[in-house]
Amino acid sequence: MTEPSASPRPIRVSVNGVDHERTVEPRLLLSDFLRHDLGLTGTHVGCEHGVCGACTVAFDDQPVRSCLMFAVQADGHRIGTIEGMADGETLHPLQMAFWELSGLQCGFCTPGFLITARDFLARNPDPSEQEVREALSGNLCRCTGYQSIVAAVLEAARRLRQAPLAGLGKS
Amino acid sequence: MNRFDYVRPATFAEAIAAASEPGAAYLAGGTNLLDLMKGGIVRPGRLVDVSRLPGLGAIEWLADGGVRIGALVRNSDLAHDSEFARRFPAVAEALLSGASAQLRNMATVGGNLLQRTRCAHFYDVAGACNKRAPGAGCEARGGEARNAAVLGWSEHCIATHPSDFCVALVALDAVVEIAGQGGEYQVPLEDFHRLPGETPGQESVLEPGELIIAVRLPAQAASFSRHARYLKIRDRTSFAFAVASAAAALRIEQGAIAAARIALGGVAPKPWRARLAERALIGVGPDRTHFDRAAEAALADARPSGDNAFKIELARRIVARALALAAAGTPARLPALPGSPFSPVAGVLHV
Ligand SMILES: Cc1cc2nc3c(=O)[nH]c(=O)nc-3n(C[C@H](O)[C@H](O)[C@H](O)COP(=O)(O)OP(=O)(O)OC[C@H]3O[C@@H](n4cnc5c(N)ncnc54)[C@H](O)[C@@H]3O)c2cc1C
Ligand code: SF4
Ligand code: FES
Ligand code: FES
Repeated sequence: MTEPSASPRPIRVSVNGVDHERTVEPRLLLSDFLRHDLGLTGTHVGCEHGVCGACTVAFDDQPVRSCLMFAVQADGHRIGTIEGMADGETLHPLQMAFWELSGLQCGFCTPGFLITARDFLARNPDPSEQEVREALSGNLCRCTGYQSIVAAVLEAARRLRQAPLAGLGKS
Repeated sequence: MNRFDYVRPATFAEAIAAASEPGAAYLAGGTNLLDLMKGGIVRPGRLVDVSRLPGLGAIEWLADGGVRIGALVRNSDLAHDSEFARRFPAVAEALLSGASAQLRNMATVGGNLLQRTRCAHFYDVAGACNKRAPGAGCEARGGEARNAAVLGWSEHCIATHPSDFCVALVALDAVVEIAGQGGEYQVPLEDFHRLPGETPGQESVLEPGELIIAVRLPAQAASFSRHARYLKIRDRTSFAFAVASAAAALRIEQGAIAAARIALGGVAPKPWRARLAERALIGVGPDRTHFDRAAEAALADARPSGDNAFKIELARRIVARALALAAAGTPARLPALPGSPFSPVAGVLHV
């Protein structure tokens, strides 16, 4: 049977390993659900048109644009946000490399870059610089000029090859 | 954004019934539809979310060597399927040259076919647009039209179809499988999109409620796998729509071209198959002179629709260069910048 179409709708979403049940309007964006309903404001909202990448989250481990998704589309799925990236007080190697190599200035774009880069390195642990640039082309940064971001991703890749993390790329 | 009913059907029949109502639209990945809804360019009263429908998410290899791609297969999953990329490398390259990884992870096969134009005036609800509001006029015609079509356009609409995927698919004789209230039927992709004529709002053959269920590539399409490329010129190196693009595939036997497949993107209201150009290559050697001649044939009917005459020459060069790249051979591994003229590949003919 077709499920009823009435306005608010119950959804259940696992975010960073924690299940959340909420009732939401169908037109609520996933980005707004994360930020407003769950208070996870690390997912940033820039262009709201799928262009800038600030809103990138992991959807069943794959990076997607949370500004171009409804929260109801995430019902029953796993979402990973920047809040789930560090292991307690221990930063993820990508976060460390961004910090040490100045891969961020204002930090607005950073969560999106980190979520994107984590998935990329999980699939391509030993990338060329050009591959890194292409992989990050869906994320815009207005501050750094990208050089330091690319350097940080390459450095994190090197460290991860030496000391792989358990569960890398998982949300 | 407007309010809407959200329906999650469990079967094709329920989906088709729910989407046949006026004002209903299918929701797949949502990467195009949400954007259009945010701008008020489309305002569906009901969204029929087909993303959980069973039976639409598989890549099936057919007994005859063809492939059937479910309408919900993600653009990224298809491009990264190693068997698919091996048999249809130009399709994988086209997919990976489109959008960004995060969008490809959400975008579906069916949604890619039905994505709307990127004409800036279509997005500007304050301006006139025949595609959005039939009879309103066309802001692009006589206005800013650098990216508009040079083939297949009409006085009523000069917008292009933005898909990369469709260009490689149409070159390789893809077929679209459709389910509707009258049952299932199929249409060659070449006939799936309509030219604008006097009704630019009608972009495909789909009737209200009809659902794309799969796209098929025939076995023969895989016979081009050793010489198949997609080449795309963008305003920047990556993550941009095509200014002009081409899919080129050759079958070379004993030094001569036995079969050719060519299609263009970014220059027409639909993915544009260049059959005359293909014919011009049969039986000749894979060399520059013949590629230039084929490129001439591909753009023979082109005319500017605004300040975009440059696209005609650009598209010619893209066709010739895509053919040269195809002739040089499909690379063992896709270049780091798929579809890009800036990818360093040995033996490339620079036009
Ligand atoms: C910033 C940005 C850059 C992009 N760059 C590129 C690019 O360079 N190249 C390129 O090719 N594309 C590009 N795209 C477009 C992208 O490929 C499309 O948005 C995507 O393919 C649409 O798929 P979807 O599943 O998200 O469709 P949706 O948004 O869910 O749907 C799109 C349309 O198709 C209809 N629909 C969907 N599935 C079906 C079905 N099975 N049957 C019938 N109707 C259906 C919907 O009703 C809707 O009208 C870009 C998009 C963005 C946002
Ligand atoms: S070219 Fe087509 S889409 Fe663009 S404004 Fe004119 S009618 Fe609208
Ligand atoms: S806010 Fe989603 S891509 Fe810019
Ligand atoms: S650090 Fe400021 S936008 Fe990237």
